[in-house]
Amino acid sequence: MTDAAADAPILDAQGVSKRFGAVVALRDASLRVRRGEVVALMGANGAGKSTLVKILTGALRRDGGTLRIRGRDQSFGSPGAARRGGLVPVYQEPSLIPDLDLDENLRLGGTPREPFHHWVRELGIPDPPMDDPIRHLPLATLRILDLARALASEPDVLLLDEMTAALPTDLVERVLKVVREQADAGRSVIYISHRFAEISQLCDRATVLRDGATVGDLPIEPGVEEKIVTLMLGAALSPAQARAREATGPATTGTPRLRVRGLAAGTKLADVSFDLHKGEVLGVVALEGQGQDELFDALAGFRRPGGGTIEIDGQPQSFRHPADAIAAGLTLVPGDRAEALLSSRSVRENIAVPYVARPRHWGPIAMRREGAQVAQAIERLQIDTRAQGEVRRLSGGNQQKVTIARWIAGGVQTLLLFDPTRGIDVRTKRQIYALVRDLAAQGASVLFYTSELGEIQAACDRVVVIFNGRVVDVLDAQDADEPMLMRAAYGLTAREVRA
Amino acid sequence: MMRGLSRNGWVLGLVGLLILLLIVTKLIQPSFGASGLESVTRAALPFAFATAATAVVVIAGGIDLSVAAMMAVVGVTAAVLMEGAGVTQTWLVVLAVLALGAAMGALNGALVVATRLPDIVVTLAMSFVWEGVALLILKAPGGAATPWLREVILGPIAPGPVVSLIPKSLVVLAVLLMLVWLPLRRSRLGLSIYAIGSDATAAFRSGVSIGATRVAAYAIAGVLVAMGGLSVTLSTGIGEPIPGPYLLAAVAAVVLGGVVLGGGRGGLLGPIVAVFILRIVRLDLTLLSVDPNVTTIVEGTIMAVVVMLGGILAVRGRRA
Repeated sequence: MTDAAADAPILDAQGVSKRFGAVVALRDASLRVRRGEVVALMGANGAGKSTLVKILTGALRRDGGTLRIRGRDQSFGSPGAARRGGLVPVYQEPSLIPDLDLDENLRLGGTPREPFHHWVRELGIPDPPMDDPIRHLPLATLRILDLARALASEPDVLLLDEMTAALPTDLVERVLKVVREQADAGRSVIYISHRFAEISQLCDRATVLRDGATVGDLPIEPGVEEKIVTLMLGAALSPAQARAREATGPATTGTPRLRVRGLAAGTKLADVSFDLHKGEVLGVVALEGQGQDELFDALAGFRRPGGGTIEIDGQPQSFRHPADAIAAGLTLVPGDRAEALLSSRSVRENIAVPYVARPRHWGPIAMRREGAQVAQAIERLQIDTRAQGEVRRLSGGNQQKVTIARWIAGGVQTLLLFDPTRGIDVRTKRQIYALVRDLAAQGASVLFYTSELGEIQAACDRVVVIFNGRVVDVLDAQDADEPMLMRAAYGLTAREVRA
Repeated sequence: MMRGLSRNGWVLGLVGLLILLLIVTKLIQPSFGASGLESVTRAALPFAFATAATAVVVIAGGIDLSVAAMMAVVGVTAAVLMEGAGVTQTWLVVLAVLALGAAMGALNGALVVATRLPDIVVTLAMSFVWEGVALLILKAPGGAATPWLREVILGPIAPGPVVSLIPKSLVVLAVLLMLVWLPLRRSRLGLSIYAIGSDATAAFRSGVSIGATRVAAYAIAGVLVAMGGLSVTLSTGIGEPIPGPYLLAAVAAVVLGGVVLGGGRGGLLGPIVAVFILRIVRLDLTLLSVDPNVTTIVEGTIMAVVVMLGGILAVRGRRA
């Protein structure tokens, strides 16, 4: 083999694009991987990493662009085809069949036994249970089994999506070692992770995606983290949106409206503490899967915490049902609008539901009073009610306004907003920020999780940053520009604090 | 061994319940013996095949509401074609209706895959279609089953004190189900059927073709449905175009038999034992001359209690 052939990329994706309806997920994504290379694929939430991974592994079809494997044009119609082409992924969620045992799973995937057992030993699970249904095994074990299965098929390109996210430290070390050995043996790895420490230890290069396009391709060297963060943010580095704000912020002394101490839930939320005061908007920033979902679920009564305390106005709370949280004045606007709305009912009914559903309001509905309150909320939020007969016919932005309006109509004390502006237009976003500020000015408290870092300065007073299930930073929103938040969200400022 | 016990605990419990019910039956009616067993088994035959068909589709994560209507189509087709048929023609008819069952099932599955509508909607619609088809083939009960073929499911396997206890219909049922199920359970297709019912996304990522597997599951169910339709015609001797009460009874037996609605879990043995449990409960209540309306209430209560009990035991087992 000549040097040129050895240096030729084994995988070369150029100008890949993909849209879902009106949403453009990928515009111009390119990724090149050479033999024996570990390439980090980086990007903020929503930059298009998962879409690109799914296209490379045949789970999605691309709309445009080229994919060349070993120099030949390829289009994988299914994950099976990609596998046969030498491209094997380990996705974030385990892809073993929960109701089959390991033995059956290996048979289903046609995994060779000897190499599989070799790899599970290497990865530190010497004796995996072969005939327990997969659903009985812990998540960390599943991820290792998934990885061992992928390695056993001797892939030319191994694709690891957040492989170490659910693993204890000792297993992480073994995984990193095995991945490095793969590269040394001339195989290639595409490595997706939010952990800079792993990337600088493991990877040769980093390809950075932003808004569906590849914006950089850098060798890993000391100090590259800053460059990557800058690339991930891009034009968003421009001066933060100015916001007219009262000279004096809300009072952050006295008994807080909501006090959270050492809250733990599920496998991801480890230990979170903060105070949310009356009239305050507290931002929450975290990368995907750092425990924010569990935090909001626990606060809204969807999930029982595994530890820690929640106090409202100094009173300890324990929620057994979302109705308990609502009764205590905590109301959640979920990230997924479909979870919150009665999609085939009218705008008016949707806004009135929480009000009507209170047990004390059994019996006839006071239509006139309800009508007045609903009309007021619609007016205030400037909801476009041309399609008010059925909520699902409204635009996404208007739907989101309805989910917020329902709580305003009933009067709200503490609002939990989970990524309320995901996928809606700029004008509506502005209206939502203004609304959040309005609510705070009237004395409501708002906990505001957002995946768009720019929103922190536009809407919040303070911000807590969560990484790995713990609060790693608390900042004044005015000081929290995007690079600072991004670094904190990636755990680059490692100090544990209490808000 | 322990593994086998814990995995098949549910089925063992059902077998225990079945034995208990047989003893109760013997106590209620001391004369209950070979002939009683024979008639119970023969009456259970169509229910058992309908249940097996339903189980396969439910394990694959679907549901087929057109089982009883397809049985009617097969039953009348067989009765029309078998009238006055010779040996060769009879066997050809048997093969033809099995193929017909597979084709009807495959069509159900293909429609579910192609339209992306919920299984329950597509197969409900198809149940009306198949009902109509059965009536087009035969407007009123008629036709005839080949007499010597009927003998295959009538009576005990042989005269004599012990073997006479074993009805031919039970042997036919066991042999046919094993012929379909055992190769399936050992094949990649069988694993794929469990896989798509368990977690379709994970199955897709493991390289399983979801659409093809789903169509195959419905087609296999169609073959079992055809056996059920044949057994109706053979045991009554004529073709009946109006669907029998097999659909809901099959769903009930599948649930009682430990197959999880939603897919991925369960087997065939449990649902088949459950069919016999439900039939014998009905027999006992008849023997006790309980009001038939009360009978259905008792059946429903037994199902709810047993399934709930199973749920509680499963949760306990997981905690232990």
